[in-house]
Formats: sequence, C-alpha cells, structure tokens
Amino acid sequence: MISLLIDHGDRYIEGFLNTLTISVFALIGSFVLGTVLAVMRIASIRLLRWIGTAYVEFIRNIPLLLVVAIFYHGLAFLGLSGFMAGGIGLTIYTAAYIADAIRAGIQSIPKGQIEAARCSGLSYLQAMRFIVLPQAIKIVIPPLGNQFLNLIKNSAILGVYAGADLMYFGDQINSDTFDTFNVYLLVGVFYLLLTIPTSFAVRALERRMARSG
Amino acid sequence: MSKKGLLKRRTLMMVVCMGLLLFLAACGGGSSNKSAVETAKEKDKLVIGVKFDTNLFGLKDPGSGDVRGFDVDMAKAIAKKLLGDENKLELKEVTSKTRIPMLKNGDIDAIIATMTITEERKQQVDFTDVYFEAGQSLLVKKGSSVRSIEDLKSGVKVLAVKGSTSAKNVKEKAPEAEVLEFENYQEAFTALKSGKGEALTTDNAILLGMMQQDSNFEMVGGNFTDEPYGIAVRKGDEQLVKLINDLIKEMKANGEYDKLYEQWMGQKPPAK
Repeated sequence: MISLLIDHGDRYIEGFLNTLTISVFALIGSFVLGTVLAVMRIASIRLLRWIGTAYVEFIRNIPLLLVVAIFYHGLAFLGLSGFMAGGIGLTIYTAAYIADAIRAGIQSIPKGQIEAARCSGLSYLQAMRFIVLPQAIKIVIPPLGNQFLNLIKNSAILGVYAGADLMYFGDQINSDTFDTFNVYLLVGVFYLLLTIPTSFAVRALERRMARSG
Repeated sequence: MSKKGLLKRRTLMMVVCMGLLLFLAACGGGSSNKSAVETAKEKDKLVIGVKFDTNLFGLKDPGSGDVRGFDVDMAKAIAKKLLGDENKLELKEVTSKTRIPMLKNGDIDAIIATMTITEERKQQVDFTDVYFEAGQSLLVKKGSSVRSIEDLKSGVKVLAVKGSTSAKNVKEKAPEAEVLEFENYQEAFTALKSGKGEALTTDNAILLGMMQQDSNFEMVGGNFTDEPYGIAVRKGDEQLVKLINDLIKEMKANGEYDKLYEQWMGQKPPAK
C-alpha cells in the first residue's frame, strides 16, 4: 500500500482534491437550495408549497445516476464536463433530502408555540426567528450531518462520467497495477479522511447546540 | 435373478461404458496427428469454433438462432472449398478462454473467433495468414479536425474505456491529449455523441460496429496498433493451413473477400 501511494500518489491526491472540491461546493449549494425548498414547502402560499413538494418528491424518487446522466448526456448542449455535471447533479439531488430534513425539523415544533408567541405580540417572522428555528436547528443537525456524509460518498458517481474524482483515479490505478484490493482500500482511506472529520464536526456542533439550549 | 446379481451386473455395465467412453475420448485425441482436412472429409463435416456474441464477426440472432458475421462467412467459405458444400459446416460457440482447449481436444477443427495472432499463442496453435487487419483506431464525428493519431495534441479530449489496453496505448502514443475513461463502450460512444470529446479510441472492429449504428461518425487515420486476426488450427496441421491460405488468396484475388468485408464492415478493406 505504501508503494502504491509512492508510485501513484499524484493521482490519489488529485482525485482527493477534486472530491473535496466537489463535496464542498455541492454541500453549500444543496444547503442553500434545500433551505429555500423547505421554506417553500411550509409556506402559506399554495403554489410555493406545491412546487417545493413536487421538487422533493420527484428528485428523491429517481436515482442519482440518472440525474447526473441527464446533465451530462441529456443536456449535452450545455457542454458540461463530468465534473460540473456531477457537481450540479449532486447538489440538486442532495437538496431534496436536505429540504425534507429541515421541513421535518420545523414541523416538529408544536404549533401551539407559534400561537402562543403570536399571542404575546410577536410577528410570524419573529416567532420563527426567536422561538421555532432555534429549537428546530437542534433537531435538524443530525439528519443534516447524515446528508452531508451521503453527499461525500455519493460524489463517487463522478467516476462514471470521467469526473476525475477519487473513484475515477482509483479505477485507473487499478487497471494499471491490478493490485485491486490495496488500490481500493487506499481509495477507502481517502474517503474516510473526508467523512470522519465531517462526522466529528457534526457531532461537536450537536453538543454545542445542546449546551447553548 | 437375485438383487445382488443385478447390482453386480449394473456395475459391470458401468465399467464397460466408462471404458468405452475413455476409448472414444482417446480416439478423439488421437485424431490430432491427422490433418483436419482428412478427418473432415471422412466425417463429411467440418467443425469450426466461432464467437456467438460478437457484433459483425459472430453474433447469434436470438430470433432465428442463426449465427451470422464475418467470421461465420469465412468458415462457410472454408467448408465450401473443403467439402464442396457450405452446409456441411458445423459451428460451435467458443469464447476467448475456451477456444484453444477446444481446438486441442479435437472438439473443433479450426478457430475463427476474432483471434489476434501473437507469439504466445503460436506456441499453442498454428495460424493462417491474416484474414482481418485488426488494430486500434479512432472514431470521430464526420468533418472533425482530428484525422489521425498525430492530431491528438494537448487540449484534445480522447474517450476510451476503463481498464482497456486501448486506453494505455493512446496515452503512450498521444501523451499530450487528455484521456477520459468510461465504464464501457456504449457509455464512451454516448459521450462522443454528446460532444464530451473529439475522438473515441478502441479496436477498429468495435468502431466499425459503432459506425453502422450511427452514420454521423467515421473512422480516421487507419490503425495505429497492429493486432491482426488469424485463423487457428491444431499445431502441425500444415495441410489445413495451406488450404485456408490458398482460399484467402483466392478470395482476395477474385474480389470475394472485398465483397464479404464490405457486407459486414460497411466499407472497403483498407488498401495495403
């Protein structure tokens, strides 16, 4: 394994950095998009609610591979590289799950609290800002963390569309060396370098939130 | 008759049968010193191993059950020359793994199965002259500025299949080009169609099949590797090698080879 790292380290590192980049961008993108969708899903305007629900149900119920294939092959006129198509696909796909996690968090706060807040003279937005969201965020963090981890792991889809990520270079190194077991083991180690810190960060945040509550 | 006697008799029968089988098997093996030309004439049947799963060369039509392709038609031509009737040919399915053992066992008389002539294989079998100039080539969209391997300069994207020797070859021969690797040929061809790269590279036999699927693409620059297909016969069977080589020469001279090539490959054979 050490010799693999020495001989093919440049490709492992390149793949690792690309996977890291795509994960960070898709994470930010899907968090923003997911929050907007969650707000839409609980909005009082029916059209917004309908759009939000349609998005989540549609995207959540098709394979990620298909979403990426649509951007890569289906919308070929956009001229997206495997890396870009994969990043957009991952963002759109993960956003659906994040939207649902955030919606569930907000809706888990009893309605009575909003009613009580409104009775004490707070506006709807104030009630959301000071009463509901601080509680909801604590509930939402663990499922959000799960989605972030899934996102990092799902980024391996880039390998299928020549997206130059860890998995893509892993396949390549494997076909050069045929040291299959060790090659993929090392790929796994690099993924863990991304996922384990994420996992710990989420847990630390959870603890901090619990204290501040 | 007592039960024991019956049992004994059965055992005896089995032993006899097994012995007979062994004897027959030995006979089969023994035929290997005799040329397949003679054994085929004796049996009035020629057995040739072809692929059943390879587009353009030997592909079984699931509807009719017929196996058709360039290799199959070559086999028919040999049967016609040898036995006077192409219907006296029996086709057996072989794969890259089974073909040499089957030939050595005497299950088949010759292999016509997209088999590249290599030094390593020459230790095991004898090859006829080349009947198909196989090698790695490039497929591009019609009118592309890429005309040959020399045009694969920096900034040009080439599509290949993961884990294939063709990906390795193109990296060696065109080190400046960016090689994008896909899971399989279909995936790589779809990527070429959606403009993810300027050229797709693999064996010309596969590219010829893709060209027939979509006439907007063409093969350019000829082969940049040399992996010619030959027909394999049992080691030492000079008689059959000569017969087939004569046939290939005849077919090339009277235009039958070109006709056959064009029928399956959709274009004329490359000029030598």
